[in-house]
Amino acid sequence: MSSDTSTIVVMGEREEIFPQEPAERQRIRPGRLALVTITLLTFAFLYAPIIILVVFSFNDARTGAVWQGFTLDWYARLFRNERLLDAALRSLIVAVVSTAGSVVIGTLTALAMERYRFRSKTFWDGLLYMPVIVPEIVAGVSLLLFFATAGVERGFLTLAVSHIAFSMPFVYLTVRARLADFDLSIEEAAKDLGADEWVTFRRITLPLLMPGIVSGALLAFTLSVDDFIISFFVTGKGWDTLPIYIWSALKRGVTPEVNAVSAMLLVFSATLVVASLILQRRHSY
Amino acid sequence: MLQTIRERKGLQLLGLMLPGGFWLILFFALPLTLIFAISFMSRDDLSRPALPLTLANYQQTFDPLYINLFLFSVGLSLLTTLITLVIAFPVALFMARLPKRWRNIMTLLVMIPFWTNFLVRTYALQFLMRANGPINTLLLSLGLTDEPLQMLSTPFAVLIGLVYGELPFMILPLYTSLEKFDWSMIEAAQDLGADALRTLARVMLPLTAPGILAGSILVFVPSVGSYITVELMGGGKINMIGRVIAQQFGQSSNWPFGSAISLLLMIVVTVAALIYFRVGRGERAAL
Repeated sequence: MSSDTSTIVVMGEREEIFPQEPAERQRIRPGRLALVTITLLTFAFLYAPIIILVVFSFNDARTGAVWQGFTLDWYARLFRNERLLDAALRSLIVAVVSTAGSVVIGTLTALAMERYRFRSKTFWDGLLYMPVIVPEIVAGVSLLLFFATAGVERGFLTLAVSHIAFSMPFVYLTVRARLADFDLSIEEAAKDLGADEWVTFRRITLPLLMPGIVSGALLAFTLSVDDFIISFFVTGKGWDTLPIYIWSALKRGVTPEVNAVSAMLLVFSATLVVASLILQRRHSY
Repeated sequence: MLQTIRERKGLQLLGLMLPGGFWLILFFALPLTLIFAISFMSRDDLSRPALPLTLANYQQTFDPLYINLFLFSVGLSLLTTLITLVIAFPVALFMARLPKRWRNIMTLLVMIPFWTNFLVRTYALQFLMRANGPINTLLLSLGLTDEPLQMLSTPFAVLIGLVYGELPFMILPLYTSLEKFDWSMIEAAQDLGADALRTLARVMLPLTAPGILAGSILVFVPSVGSYITVELMGGGKINMIGRVIAQQFGQSSNWPFGSAISLLLMIVVTVAALIYFRVGRGERAAL
């Protein structure tokens, strides 16, 4: 396709085809310049606040935004702040457990939805898209109502169960996308060579699905570590996660420590996202 | 023989579908049904949901205070959707025409804010716009202003926050549909004498409608129910539906009323989703 050439904009095509038309050319240039400018400004808008926050997490000043010199003091303090370390540990525990859960459940569901035909499929398809449509705040309060009505004490269990509920559909989608491109003849070859269904699944299907599963797992992990709203409503005494800790710290007032922990969380989840995407791309068929 | 195979297939399907189905029903569908039920309940002395059933919670939502709140939330979210669309379209267009290597890098740059912590990202914007934040410090030191600009705690601040937070969710679906776009259509239109504006309105927009619709839903739904953005950027002075719901389940401890508002919010979102599927299907039929 022509998109790999040096022409960038729609109207640029025209420039190539009819280079002799000067009037045309004059009208084209501003268009391309405008697109470049808008794109650069948009990316600056998306990234400037993040970068500035990270920069100021190294600022040697208790308050204000005047640069007073470089310091790692705020980061050093983070690692001495027991409440924060506890919250981070709780976030990790919830993320590991809920990722394991949503990977297993999401993969099984993807296999069922992609490989089998059944009558209620449209219904489940709709239900699996619900997390995209239902506002997080409604999902959060509905789970709160549910656990309160059922008389379940809120804490680790309610956090893990809720995190599985909202991250499982993302694993499902990632794995199903990979299953959709799956070359079924490889499985048939295995069966022709005498492998039974279980061996075929374990030795052929699962390894080929792995990139999709791992990439889904990384997304589930990121979603869990980052989640604030749903966790806020379903958590209980002694189970404040890191985003909840950050939220209550922000409510008390902004401190350089909050900037430092925010910067670390940003870098952490950005790393996971990049890893997940690279994995998806490198192993695409 | 065929019978047993079919039976075994059925059992396999049951085993595969059971955990996911169980989870979605128990922790997604059932809680939402519970919201519906509790929205018709009253409260006991300890302000817990209790019988008798009542319509009072819905009557309360017809208070002009709450009607205005709904109108404000929906209006601000529609405005957010429109602004993100206007910004994201040229960006996606630019990205889709880049060489493959650059396209991948740009996609990654959109994906990072798409997936990373929404709370922290919104806080980063709030930090930037604070009275003693970097922008005001810069303006003061350049002598462009004598006293810090009050940028937070206004509807405008919430709008900026929403646009900032949701922009990646508009760029990505637009980019996906523009990437698949058949550019010879543009040439065809221009060869037939259409100018740039006409080509955009009559060829590009209709053909990229699925991406526009998907992006609009992905932006509108979280905006209309937003809590973090309105809380951080509105500084407690601006109110939206999401914040009222959080209050009813927090300090006010009025779960039945909070449920009624949640249900109305779900209706707004469902209407948006229905428009999405309606228009989306119409577009496909027209092709």
